[in-house]
Amino acid sequence: MITRFLVQGMDRNLRLFILLVLAVGIALPLLNQLVPPGNPFHVPAWVMQLIGKYLCYALLALALDLVWGYCGILSLGHGAFFALGGYCMGMYLMRQIGSRGVYGNPLLPDFMVFLNYKQLPWFWHGFDQFWFAAIMIVLVPSVLAFALGWFAFRSRVTGVYLSIITQAMTFALMLAFFRNDMGLGGNNGLTDFKDILGFPVQSDATRGILCFVSALALALGLVASAAVVSSRFGKALTAVRDAESRMRFLGYRVEGYKLFVFVLSAAMAGIAGAIYVPQVGIINPSEFSPANSIEAVLWVAVGGRGTLIGPVIGAFIVNFGKTWLTGALPEVWLFALGALFIVVTLLLPKGVVGLWGQIKTRSRERRARAPA
Amino acid sequence: MTEQRSTSALLYLSGVTVSFDGFKALNNLSLLVEPGEMRAIIGPNGAGKTTMMDVVTGKTRPDSGEVVFDGKSDLTKLDEAHIATLGIGRKFQKPTVFESHTVRDNLLLALAGLRSWYKLLLAAPTRAENARLDEILTIIRMTEQQHMPAARLSHGQKQWLEIGMLLAQDPKLLLVDEPVAGMTDVETETTAQVLREINKTHSVVVVEHDMSFVRALGVKVTVLHEGSMLAEGTLDQVSADPRVVEVYLGR
Repeated sequence: MITRFLVQGMDRNLRLFILLVLAVGIALPLLNQLVPPGNPFHVPAWVMQLIGKYLCYALLALALDLVWGYCGILSLGHGAFFALGGYCMGMYLMRQIGSRGVYGNPLLPDFMVFLNYKQLPWFWHGFDQFWFAAIMIVLVPSVLAFALGWFAFRSRVTGVYLSIITQAMTFALMLAFFRNDMGLGGNNGLTDFKDILGFPVQSDATRGILCFVSALALALGLVASAAVVSSRFGKALTAVRDAESRMRFLGYRVEGYKLFVFVLSAAMAGIAGAIYVPQVGIINPSEFSPANSIEAVLWVAVGGRGTLIGPVIGAFIVNFGKTWLTGALPEVWLFALGALFIVVTLLLPKGVVGLWGQIKTRSRERRARAPA
Repeated sequence: MTEQRSTSALLYLSGVTVSFDGFKALNNLSLLVEPGEMRAIIGPNGAGKTTMMDVVTGKTRPDSGEVVFDGKSDLTKLDEAHIATLGIGRKFQKPTVFESHTVRDNLLLALAGLRSWYKLLLAAPTRAENARLDEILTIIRMTEQQHMPAARLSHGQKQWLEIGMLLAQDPKLLLVDEPVAGMTDVETETTAQVLREINKTHSVVVVEHDMSFVRALGVKVTVLHEGSMLAEGTLDQVSADPRVVEVYLGR
């Protein structure tokens, strides 16, 4: 039953796409490690790290698309779930530093020594174990999403009001995490990581593995999302998106549907954040900034919401653009971002993937008309 | 209270009052619908017809009064989903089908049975469900279009699909809101036939403006005016009632 559930959701295009994602995740580290520098096929570590980062963004975009594209819940606070997953991973990485910190305290991370902490705050216990951190990476964003969704969906908060609540949530969390007495590093956040599961975080080999793990996580995210949206649950979910009150009058408890997909999405975003943090080497409160969450919405819109491949493609396109523009013409980036919002809204309501579909149908129609 | 609940009526409304900002949309309304009955509800604009539907389906909570379904369920305490699973279906004025789903999926969503999200996550349509879907597709003559997205159907086809969805939902009581608004005379006649057909196995309450349609149905009529019942009887009886003539023709 479970295998049928997992396999039935994937059409041929999606299967090829998942294989492509995995191939990238395997090829880049191999080309980095096995091909000597100087050879044209050598992939520099920074490229691998960049792609690893994009893969994490793509998983965040996919998570957002699951609630926005398939259930019509426009979350403007998904960056918060991403950041929470990242902080859980960051706490594990901090505890791995041990006595190698600047102050050499075997138990307390540097910033705690600096802030005169006498003992480890209660919520830092357990994070020296990877399995505990791994559970928290999924659990913390899920519990927050559950609490928020429970109240919002039961009170039938929808549309722009829900978007504002999610935006307020991530903003409130940002302010909270900026405070030193949160015990999470204040505005400096968590950084100076040394190793993960005993492997040095900075080494190219570890980075290669992290790049592969990012691709694997995205591939699994695609498989899971495909299974969910193509099940009968998924059909009901898109029906809720299109005509919520009609579903109620058909006897569906709409809240349960929304809550499940919201929590699932938050968990996926948390996992994305957790894999992201060791690759960039830092997590700080600016990850909670509302602008981050809004950018993620743009990735989904550019790629094509309501499709599984779209958000991945969108995340890659926009972030390639961002990396290139902030390097070449830094002052232009924000204008480009604004322009992209307008262009996508006006000209590409179904995103790049939708445009591709339109071109295909149009050429098919032209071919059908031609012989007549 | 208890003796009133053990009524034989399928739908029992007593003293129902609903006010919006002081305006009484329903004013001490009482109404009985017997099992197997088809009832037409008429009344001028603002008479409270749609509000009555909203109260019965759980969309609007009455300020006071009793609403009992099937002699035992107090509808004033239940939500829309619960009321729907008890067996009350509702057809809206505008055909509302799920545009991005295929015709067959629309029927599958409406099909009585599984509603909980965690069961639907792993469920595949059973053989019995598929057989029932095929049957309904034949009744509404849409077998050929079953894999077409509902968005591409014509207005008339959407009406048929929605009727199919109601058959799939198989409610004990069907509430129909202005089914012939914007229809041609021929379509109106067909719809009257279809409702009579549905009425053979289901109880039906029809809200309608169109008098010729109500005449074609040939059923007991309730006239609403300013949120309360003005008259009840056959269409000829109520149209002979001077008060009815006044609210309808006096305007």
